[in-house]
Amino acid sequence: MRTFDYVRATSVTEAADALATRPGARCLGGGTNLVDLMKLGVERPATLVDVSRLPLDTIEELPDGSLRVGATVRNSDLAAHPAVRYRWPALSQALLAGASGQLRNAATTGGNLLQRTRCPYFQDVTKPCNKREPGSGCGARDGVHRDHAVLGHSAHCIATHPSDMAVALSALDARVELYGAQGARSVAAAEFHRLPGDRPEQDTVIGPGEIVTGVLLPAATAGVPSAYRKARDRASYAFALASVAAVVRVGDGVVTRAGIAFGAVAHRPWRARRAEEALIGAAPTEAAFEHAVDLELSAAQPLRDNAYKVPLARALAVDVLTRLTAAART
Amino acid sequence: MASVPTVLGAPAERREGLEKVTGTARYAAEQPRPGRLFARPVPAAIARGRVTGVETAAALAVPGVRAVLTHENAPRLVEPDDATLAVLQDARVPHRGWFVALVVADTAEAARAGAAAVRVAYDAEDHDVTLTAAHPASYVPEEVGGGYPARAEHGEPEEVFGSSAVRVDVAYRVPPLHNHPMEPHASTAHWDGERLTVHTSSQGSTVVRATLAQLFGLPEERITVVAEHVGGGFGSKGTPRPDVVLAVMATRHTGRPVTVALPRRMLPAVVGHRAPTLHRIRLGAAPDGSLTSVLHEVTTHTSRVKEFVEQAAMPARVMYAAPHSRTLHRVVPLDVPSPSWMRAPGEAPGMYALESAMDELAGELGIDPVELRVLNEPDREPDSGKPFSSRHLVECLREGARRFGWSRRDPRPGSHREGPLLVGSGVAAATYPVQVSPSTAEARALPDGGFLVRVNATDIGTGARTVLAQVAADALGAPLDRVRIEVGSSDLPSAPLAGGSSGTASWGWSVHEACTRLTERLAVHAGPLPGDGISAHADTTGTADTDSPWARHAFGAHFAEVAVDTVTGEVRVRRLLGVYAAGHILNARTARSQFVGAMTMGLGMALTEGSTMDAAFGDFTEADLAAYHVPAHADVPEIEAHWIDEHDPHLNPMGSKGIGEIGIVGTPAAIGNAVHHATGSRLRELPLTPDRVLTALREGRTRGR
Repeated sequence: MRTFDYVRATSVTEAADALATRPGARCLGGGTNLVDLMKLGVERPATLVDVSRLPLDTIEELPDGSLRVGATVRNSDLAAHPAVRYRWPALSQALLAGASGQLRNAATTGGNLLQRTRCPYFQDVTKPCNKREPGSGCGARDGVHRDHAVLGHSAHCIATHPSDMAVALSALDARVELYGAQGARSVAAAEFHRLPGDRPEQDTVIGPGEIVTGVLLPAATAGVPSAYRKARDRASYAFALASVAAVVRVGDGVVTRAGIAFGAVAHRPWRARRAEEALIGAAPTEAAFEHAVDLELSAAQPLRDNAYKVPLARALAVDVLTRLTAAART
Repeated sequence: MASVPTVLGAPAERREGLEKVTGTARYAAEQPRPGRLFARPVPAAIARGRVTGVETAAALAVPGVRAVLTHENAPRLVEPDDATLAVLQDARVPHRGWFVALVVADTAEAARAGAAAVRVAYDAEDHDVTLTAAHPASYVPEEVGGGYPARAEHGEPEEVFGSSAVRVDVAYRVPPLHNHPMEPHASTAHWDGERLTVHTSSQGSTVVRATLAQLFGLPEERITVVAEHVGGGFGSKGTPRPDVVLAVMATRHTGRPVTVALPRRMLPAVVGHRAPTLHRIRLGAAPDGSLTSVLHEVTTHTSRVKEFVEQAAMPARVMYAAPHSRTLHRVVPLDVPSPSWMRAPGEAPGMYALESAMDELAGELGIDPVELRVLNEPDREPDSGKPFSSRHLVECLREGARRFGWSRRDPRPGSHREGPLLVGSGVAAATYPVQVSPSTAEARALPDGGFLVRVNATDIGTGARTVLAQVAADALGAPLDRVRIEVGSSDLPSAPLAGGSSGTASWGWSVHEACTRLTERLAVHAGPLPGDGISAHADTTGTADTDSPWARHAFGAHFAEVAVDTVTGEVRVRRLLGVYAAGHILNARTARSQFVGAMTMGLGMALTEGSTMDAAFGDFTEADLAAYHVPAHADVPEIEAHWIDEHDPHLNPMGSKGIGEIGIVGTPAAIGNAVHHATGSRLRELPLTPDRVLTALREGRTRGR
């Protein structure tokens, strides 16, 4: 059988050291994706650095009103946390829209961010995939790609990122906290995942030897009306066909804050900056939402079999924005 | 004897329930033996061509790997009747996923690593896996699944259709579907000297034994095949699959016990699927709604390995009175995996298309869809002209309509809106043939007052053990708890497989006969029973298989209510109700479970399930249960299953019809018809996923609906 080393990290620095010094090392969190990929032969780590027991399993309310979520907090626990449910409801909704109860009990915050695409060509080692094996080609582009990207894809890769949670984090202006040999740093959740370009093997901006230590939900979006909505093939345990997270505040009859992110349409949660800009200062009407979302989605380049995603994403966004601002219109 | 009330029909609990829920029930892969090895197949990575070389050195170098079998060194088989079992016999690759090697190792992990290390070189050829109605290779086969003629024609269907006052001419599509039982296919084989014992996950171990005897040139007496517990099959375990052949090959090659447990991802290519069906249906009617002409023409695919033709036009030979009709099947051999049975083969896709078209005709006529079906109720089976042994479709429709509240329905499509939701309801009929095969059984009265009944039935999760004990208790006039029953081994009196909804009828008939004979013997027996008791044997050959002068079918009616989300195109079923006329229901609990389970599967067929043939690579894209969407609990509403008492003397001693499959038959059309009622849009391709529904809603709006 294929053997690998196993290191149980007891501290963040130890984990980062192990990751940096051992070639081919991978972090093991809940294992809900990595272990599957190892069975498929897609991931072949030389070392598993088990970070699941690191002291990163807490959710901490900080004095400035922000919330620090440790990387090993389980998805179920994060979704159920009162502060998340009441102040950042889009995140709770997104988590509960993902996977199944059993998987959410096992999956971690850091692992959710770092999960790989569910593109069937990525998962099948007998087929070409530039993400799995750079230079081998993309099986999906001329193959079966109903579930694939309509925005920001490249000739090399049309995969989508499967996370629901990450879409909410993007819209909520969360930050991803990292630790590596150069010390700690944080990046905007909206910038954490990459577009594929010509390096689809690189899902995120995480550096070699860096680990995710947590996520920071900012005070700026705390209590701002937010919601997540997902369309899927069955009522539970299905990846999104398209989804949207939106954070929107109305004051004096106009939109004063807007964060919108789409899921399942791109290689990363698609932060809809153009739509947000168009909405700031506008009256929160359905027409304004449609106009803003259309501006954003005008960049879409659907493939042969996934053109439905554009009107679906549009309908989801207009619906969520309209519902979030209903009180302000009455 | 008459003092014991009958237990037939009682909701007796499953006899093996405790074992199953506590995890002590052993399945085919859970058969540890000293020295057991594990074998893992290597699937072909091309869609068509030949293996030109298999490099096994790297695999054999993996620690724990004991052997690699290929077409060059695998044991030779006698040519099987079912060509899908001729594994590792030649270099040909008839489809992607066909097994080209088998790695045998000390552990499952080593076998997996060894399989990954096998390097196979191919000479690949162009492949064609795309089914179209106009495919130049299509032909009309001699016969279709079930042994029926591919074509049947009465009168002048084309001409009469052309001159009918009201016409529906529509095309429906059902995608490939996969059975995906909870327990993937698995077999464990070992030798005790000259004796071969195989534990396998199969719907019928008598058939497995016969097949292995033939393939390996062994006398049946030296083979025992055990299928004690089976985690579902839905047709995909009806006859042996490659896992059992490979397990026996490997145990013969190594002399050690070997388990072959197929991973979920390999199933789509090697254990069968419901073939896709392209339907053209033409219904002609008079203004009063009476059908003048029915044409149901089906095109489907089969593999290059064998001909299997999904008999999807068959139900049109049974359902409605029409003086002119044509039912016709065409098949296209493609470089695809071999299709096979999946719950209600023929009826499920055929009735989806026919009952959807009937709904369209009702709309054209302005007649209530329940009434349209009642109006076209035949006196005799339309195709054969035989009288029905019993047919209570109209009663099912009426009773279902009453329970469902059908009379309160506003027939106008799109008339019921709840905010962003469009709500609608639909109806469809269901039918499934009565099938029965000869079986043997033995009943023994024991000195302690108990009874032992032995029959090689297979309990694939249906409750067969339990209901057969009820049949026996009823025939013996004994309390149910005095009857012990043994099933699931080919060492028991031989019996047919659990398939075609025929198990209970076939096994039950022989059990009933054996028990009846035993009762007669006991009645004339004087004094205490001998130590090993008194037994009686039954063989229903010559009775169960005689041609019946009656047309024998179960019927049912399905009603569904759906809500369609106009934002996302998501369809959610709110209510599902079935009423069945299926003879005498022998166990109310397990029967309800069969109906509800099949209706759930029909819900999946309507809304979530489908396998996508990848034209570029030649395999099915959905390879696990994350991608192949069987309904989750959240998809399944409260399901109601009811039945009406049906007394039919022309069936079997229990008066029962099969109930394992009819629940799936009308469900997809009822849901599809409800979606049309909700939205005004008619979707003619399953499954009704959000992308398709949303697109239809948008097109509907564009057309000003």
